Amino acid sequence: MKKRILTLLLLGISILSLTACGKNQSGENGEVVVYNWGEYIDPDVITSFEEETGIRVIYDEFETNEIMYPKVEAGASAYDVVCPSDYMIKKMIDNDLLAKLDFEKIPNAKKYIGQQYYDQSREFDPGNEYSIPYCWGTVGILYNKTMVTEPVDSWDILWDETYADNILMQDSVRDAFMVALKRAGASMNSLDETQLQEAKDMLIAQKPLVQAYVIDQVRDKMIGGEAALGVIYSGEAIYTQRENADLEYVIPKEGTNVWIDSWVIPKNAPNRENAEKFIDYMCRPEIALQNFEYITYSTPNEGARELIEDEDIKNSPIAFPDLSQYQNLETFSYLGEEGDALYNELWKEVKSE
Amino acid sequence: MKKTLRNFYIALIFLFLYAPIVTLIVLSFNASRSRAKWGGFTLKWYQSMFRNDAILQALSNTLLIAFLSALAATVIGTVACLSMQAMKRRHRAVIMGITNIPMLNADIVTGISLMLLFITLGLRFGFMTILLSHITFNIPYVILSVMPRMRQLNPSLYEAALDLGASHMQAFFKVVFPDILPGVLSGFLMAFTMSLDDFIITHFTKGPGVDTLSTKIYTEVKKGIKPEMYALSTLIFVTVLILLFLVNRPSAVKKETQTS
Repeated sequence: MKKRILTLLLLGISILSLTACGKNQSGENGEVVVYNWGEYIDPDVITSFEEETGIRVIYDEFETNEIMYPKVEAGASAYDVVCPSDYMIKKMIDNDLLAKLDFEKIPNAKKYIGQQYYDQSREFDPGNEYSIPYCWGTVGILYNKTMVTEPVDSWDILWDETYADNILMQDSVRDAFMVALKRAGASMNSLDETQLQEAKDMLIAQKPLVQAYVIDQVRDKMIGGEAALGVIYSGEAIYTQRENADLEYVIPKEGTNVWIDSWVIPKNAPNRENAEKFIDYMCRPEIALQNFEYITYSTPNEGARELIEDEDIKNSPIAFPDLSQYQNLETFSYLGEEGDALYNELWKEVKSE
Repeated sequence: MKKTLRNFYIALIFLFLYAPIVTLIVLSFNASRSRAKWGGFTLKWYQSMFRNDAILQALSNTLLIAFLSALAATVIGTVACLSMQAMKRRHRAVIMGITNIPMLNADIVTGISLMLLFITLGLRFGFMTILLSHITFNIPYVILSVMPRMRQLNPSLYEAALDLGASHMQAFFKVVFPDILPGVLSGFLMAFTMSLDDFIITHFTKGPGVDTLSTKIYTEVKKGIKPEMYALSTLIFVTVLILLFLVNRPSAVKKETQTS
């Protein structure tokens, strides 16, 4: 018995020593440390960048903005390129963590990224000095045509009692309050006490109708026909439609959240030049297209959109909605510590009701 | 009647224990990415898993860190037990208490304090920092499983070996070590599994570009976990099952021959 365990251990050692031969060559032109969302890039793009430039990419991933922030702030490891979302970029600018970008060194950024995305970015980066849009999308209602017969065009339908127990809401403070605030015609970045109280009361009123507060299960539940209506990010909507043709996505007429994830360079980046080269490479139309096909989230790269061969996707109102058609589109901005605390407090009241 | 009830109860327990794993195994053969839809039987997730360098790299990191940290912690922990054995009762109790505290400490506290320590020391975050922190949190588990064995040992045995002409090393390896070996082995295995399991401490002490399976899987949360991970988990489960089978079978056979 003891001998057997020892042999097993020895076996383990030999297997390990075989697998341990990792590749660890440093690039001839140095390295660049990238911190991006998980599954947010086509791995082939990294390889081709390394081959073309001779810069080794050290690639790291995060799962939420809130997890990324302390790692960049603590400076445990210095990152060269990070891809946070809108409101988090504002927070990083406010806390002096980001470096101003030199757009002359990133020529593709001005050439191919659509002006409307820079305009939208002004909400969190007023001078367009710190960030270059990478992915974007909207938040809307995904509904099952076989279960919802009336036309869907307003957030109001999420308060309709006919669909009691068939509604999925996002389980995150800002997303949930966005729905209620927009429905009431207020700003989703509102700090107005009465507006927020009103939104809270709305969410509490809606609670009995909601089947579940979820995040990524919206996808699977909607595909499986387990719910009739769900609040979802547009990037997921394309994927769910491919899996279940009965699903339809709409942007409600009261307006919604336009989110943008953008490339930024932290102040303490050790390889600035390589970081600029990396961002510039990501802005090339063919590379942006490759990433778009892998991620399926909308790309702000006009050049890449031109290259899409499938006309349905190129003109898809989900992937590339005409933003000028909608009113009251907004982007989350950082509310400050007090603002965050207020929202969290109200959300707690909703959830514990 | 009593027997059917008993069997039913056991079946129920097994159902609760294994239903999640069975679900995962079934989904690893699902052609559709979504759990809500059965897209037909496929082996493509297994193929793409073996072609995915990032996953294989994470797997080898995980195994290597688990193995090395368990090994180092076993050596350090066993030596610590030896010296604690030689201490006076009161000192031993104090030291034992100190080594127990990190085990009761929340992982996130350990993780953050290790991160801060590494920053203060100016270490470069990466494979080494993960390994160091895993060794750190593994040591108490080894001590916990070796110490009871050590206490059962008759101290005179060691002295007798010395009397009979063995050197200190010989006396330890030929007399003491074989007796405490089961404790050392179970300490090693416990440390190994603790290291495999860990997410939080790894998350705070890892550097860019180095991932273990747990951190790798967690980064996929935003866009949905890929079925490749189901495939990998299935393979790990089957491997463990076979290993357990190999370890347990001969003793079962022995017992049968003894009773007959």
